[in-house]
Amino acid sequence: MSNSYYLLILFGCALVTWVPRVLPFILTKAITLPPTFEKFLSYLPMTILTALLLQSLLDYQTGHFPTVRFPEIFACIPALIVGIRTNDLMKIVLTGVLGIALLRLL
Amino acid sequence: MDNRLTQTASFSDGVRACVPTIMGYLGIGIAMGIVGKSAHLAIWQIFLMSTMVYAGSAQFILCGLLLLSAPILSIIFTVFLVNLRHLLMSLSVAHYFKDDSLLNGMAIGTLLTDESYGVLMSTLAQERKVTSNWMHGLNITAYLVWILSTVLGALLGNFIPDPTIFGFDFALTAMFLGLFLFQVRLPLKKQRTKTVRILAVTVISLFALMRFASAELSVILATLLGCLTGVLIKDE
Repeated sequence: MSNSYYLLILFGCALVTWVPRVLPFILTKAITLPPTFEKFLSYLPMTILTALLLQSLLDYQTGHFPTVRFPEIFACIPALIVGIRTNDLMKIVLTGVLGIALLRLL
Repeated sequence: MDNRLTQTASFSDGVRACVPTIMGYLGIGIAMGIVGKSAHLAIWQIFLMSTMVYAGSAQFILCGLLLLSAPILSIIFTVFLVNLRHLLMSLSVAHYFKDDSLLNGMAIGTLLTDESYGVLMSTLAQERKVTSNWMHGLNITAYLVWILSTVLGALLGNFIPDPTIFGFDFALTAMFLGLFLFQVRLPLKKQRTKTVRILAVTVISLFALMRFASAELSVILATLLGCLTGVLIKDE
């Protein structure tokens, strides 16, 4: 792989990941969002984190429904319990990583 | 300037708010560095990728495509699709910082990630005050930790060829789990039936859509359908 091929890709990727991130900040300066759209967006944190969580627990299969990842789904159980009890993100991540490491050893 | 003394959402508060996610960034960053190494990237190339592209899942896919020597435009377009969800996140964040300067807003958007978005929304869900400086503290800490951990992973990649060892790769899922939990907790108490319906629509549509569309596009569509459900169902 040549350096110029790599750098060109990086510049392109930087641009296409940067524009969607900053464009809304420019747009909201210019226009005010209608209340319905603001309500729509108020559900975004919940739905996008649900979708991201689930997607990371599924294996994509072209042309088929996705399959659930084992043992990953099981490792979520102790992490979820710790989360409900402590409300501490660090402890959730530690429990999850420890749980999956143990499950994979089995 | 008047509220400087009573300011509770300073830059350093933002840095502190980032601390719980550091474990997650480290885990997934190290995994990313190892994957980069196995895609025959040099350490400086991995460093440059994390600095310029700064997008966890897109960087994993980028490594995979580089290994296949895919055409430049198809790589860039894939990365665009994978990261397109940031458009939605930025849109919902921009609204909270609309009284700040455009430069401030653009700086926030530039370093916005799934995790910093999750932390911001968790903080807002607790009805705590957030300033743009707080957000910069959160974002810049996450950015530096990410760059460092991918470089660390690249160094480790010389010794550990498999990123799934020690469960590093699972740090991302666990982090999403925590952020998801913080997000649904209050709505489940306040509006149980409605929240369950929104979540059900999101989950079922993601599962169904993944049969027909890529995982990344399915995430965006399922998210939109979930939000739409929220608007269509009356509040309890």
